[in-house]
Amino acid sequence: MSNQESMNRVRAGLARRYAAERRFRMYGVIAILLSLAFLLMLFVSIIGNGYTAFQQTYIKLDVNFDPAMLDPTGSGDMKIINRTGDFQGVIKQALRDAFPGVTKRGDKRNLYGLVSGGAGFELRDRLHADPGLMGRTVSIWVTADAEIDMVVKGHIDREVPEDDRRVKDQTIAWIDALVAEDRLEKRFNITFFTAGDSRNPEQAGIWGAAVGSVYTLIVTLVLSFPIGVAAAIYLEEFAPTNRFTDFIEVNINNLAAVPSIVFGLLGLAVFINFFGMPRSAPMVGGLVLTLMTLPTIIIASRAALKSVPPSIREAALGIGASKMQMVFHHVLPLAMPGMLTGAIIGMAQALGETAPLLMIGMVAFIVDIPGGVFDPSTVLPVQIYLWADSPERAFVERTSAAIMVLLAFLVTMNALAVLLRKRFEKRW
Amino acid sequence: MEIAMNTSEAVMSPESTIENGVLAPVRDAVGTPLLAREDARMTCRNVNVYYGEKHAIHDVSLDIGKNEVIAMIGPSGCGKSTFLRCLNRMNDTIDICRVQGQIRIDDQDIYDKSVDVVPLRAQVGMVFQKPNPFPKSIYDNIAYGPRIHGLSNNRTDLDEIVQGSLQKAGLWEEVKDRLDQPGTGLSGGQQQRLCIARAIAVSPEVILMDEPCSALDPIATARIEELIDELRSNFTIAIVTHSMQQAARVSQRTAYFHLGDLVEVGPTEEIFTNPSHKLTEDYITGRFG
Ligand SMILES: Nc1ncnc2c1ncn2[C@@H]1O[C@H](COP(=O)(O)OP(=O)(O)O)[C@@H](O)[C@H]1O
Ligand SMILES: [Mg+2]
Repeated sequence: MSNQESMNRVRAGLARRYAAERRFRMYGVIAILLSLAFLLMLFVSIIGNGYTAFQQTYIKLDVNFDPAMLDPTGSGDMKIINRTGDFQGVIKQALRDAFPGVTKRGDKRNLYGLVSGGAGFELRDRLHADPGLMGRTVSIWVTADAEIDMVVKGHIDREVPEDDRRVKDQTIAWIDALVAEDRLEKRFNITFFTAGDSRNPEQAGIWGAAVGSVYTLIVTLVLSFPIGVAAAIYLEEFAPTNRFTDFIEVNINNLAAVPSIVFGLLGLAVFINFFGMPRSAPMVGGLVLTLMTLPTIIIASRAALKSVPPSIREAALGIGASKMQMVFHHVLPLAMPGMLTGAIIGMAQALGETAPLLMIGMVAFIVDIPGGVFDPSTVLPVQIYLWADSPERAFVERTSAAIMVLLAFLVTMNALAVLLRKRFEKRW
Repeated sequence: MEIAMNTSEAVMSPESTIENGVLAPVRDAVGTPLLAREDARMTCRNVNVYYGEKHAIHDVSLDIGKNEVIAMIGPSGCGKSTFLRCLNRMNDTIDICRVQGQIRIDDQDIYDKSVDVVPLRAQVGMVFQKPNPFPKSIYDNIAYGPRIHGLSNNRTDLDEIVQGSLQKAGLWEEVKDRLDQPGTGLSGGQQQRLCIARAIAVSPEVILMDEPCSALDPIATARIEELIDELRSNFTIAIVTHSMQQAARVSQRTAYFHLGDLVEVGPTEEIFTNPSHKLTEDYITGRFG
């Protein structure tokens, strides 16, 4: 074939080659656009459903801290007042004063439903902080009931016939009256970020679950990272290659594929039933999640160790470093970023894990914020699961808001991982 | 096989040669010519290396004299690197590699069970084909060896070792103002000199170099060759090289390997002007390789 001829053939084929290239690039762009669209859909739906949960309706009442109701024995002792004072009664009084026209018993009960069942505790806390309030009448913003909140936020439609509506016309009229007097307002929902779970949506918060998650993850990290890295170093650098280590390797890889609920059952059988550890505790949750994350961390760490160039190992050995010195002075620091990435991936999995924690009782309804790793608690994904299961409309928006908090946790963790990796890489 | 056919002369035990202190060319069991040297720093006798089933080095006996530069040449895959890596037991890192025979330094067989490779490698240092500085500062690259071997008592000592090593490696003037910068940021030739400085920082007696210039440009190569010549007064150097010109320029003796056999070894001039073996002649005249 002459030179000219072959050039002609090359040219003739060019168009086809470029077309193939363009097609391939297009597929890539389409794939990315599709995944972006799904991501966008997810975010729009979660944020659209959940952003209203960050606000909460409050009602301003003129509350009379009546000593006759709060301190009937006249003790003046805050401890006794805290325990025996009828704070809810004070609120009811304030509501009756605000709507003097309401006289029938049934109507009164509806009227009391305007404010949250937990509003009495808010008053108690106010009085506790400032005992000078006793005997005075002050304007105080108290949390409105979740149903009222839903009406104010428009989640309960006023146009629906009264019989099909949870909030009756009478209540809506009261709400409008309060709005007209500037006594009803939406404010930032601090409770959501500071409280534990509650049966009343307006008193329910994410903090208990968040703290539970943090404790659980700390236990998981503290156990799984050192154990995983040590196992990876031993297997990769020191262990002889024989049947036994092959067997271990195969098993670690299999372990990574075991459904997480199995680890939950194992945790229930071993940690709770055999070792007698408390149910619902972050300690047990952390142990179970450690079992689950270990294979991930070991596999990622081994890959990171493998990727350290052999020339660095030779350099170290060549000037007389012992194997241990080679590993700890040269290989490990270079493998660290990869190991951290593996650990963060494992932690992110652990953060979102629900099934095994259900098995060990972290699904219990827990109001108190856990104070340590042995206190009963729940975790963010389980809290989401619990709220998603609740029928109240107000829990729907809290579910989405909790998902947002979980995502924020994840993003923070990943950002931390990137930061750590940068730090480690810079040192070398 | 051509080598085997040359086994006409009397076979003499290499050990007896040493004991008698005779400095004479002898041939070992399979007839590999051998120069036993009185001033030998390392003596290798009947070294065989296997990679699993593969027999990579056949019965090589060779002495490495004190303060000499011995070049090892031969076509690719003939086992030069394998042999060189036996001298400081770097082959230990390859699981399937087995070494038989004797390699002695200070009358101690380095493959003896009682020998610790850590001090051995401090005594017999190594420079590799591709420059492989640690991803640390220039200072730490040099200081690492002395630190792990505990060669310095304090920071001033260490500073001196670092400066001395860099000076001996001819790198001091170029890097003295940036000792805290990463060694990986230097040019290829500088990196290789850094690796040489790193090797000499632990004061080895023997330095093994495996094609130290194959990744470098001609100017950097010339610098390293000069350096090897200067280092000869303090160190014994065994260098594997692809380039016959390089062997001719830097070495006093040259050993020619062919398919795992040591074909001949002798003064460099003789090897290049008057090789006694047909294979050597073919190789240096460029008929193959
Ligand atoms: N790690 C190894 N595993 C198996 N065979 C090897 C290994 N290293 C080298 N060899 C074999 O040993 C022979 C000699 O190799 P080498 O010493 O690297 O040659 P040279 O350095 O002279 O080019 C070659 O045939 C090569 O295939
Ligand atoms: Mg080689």
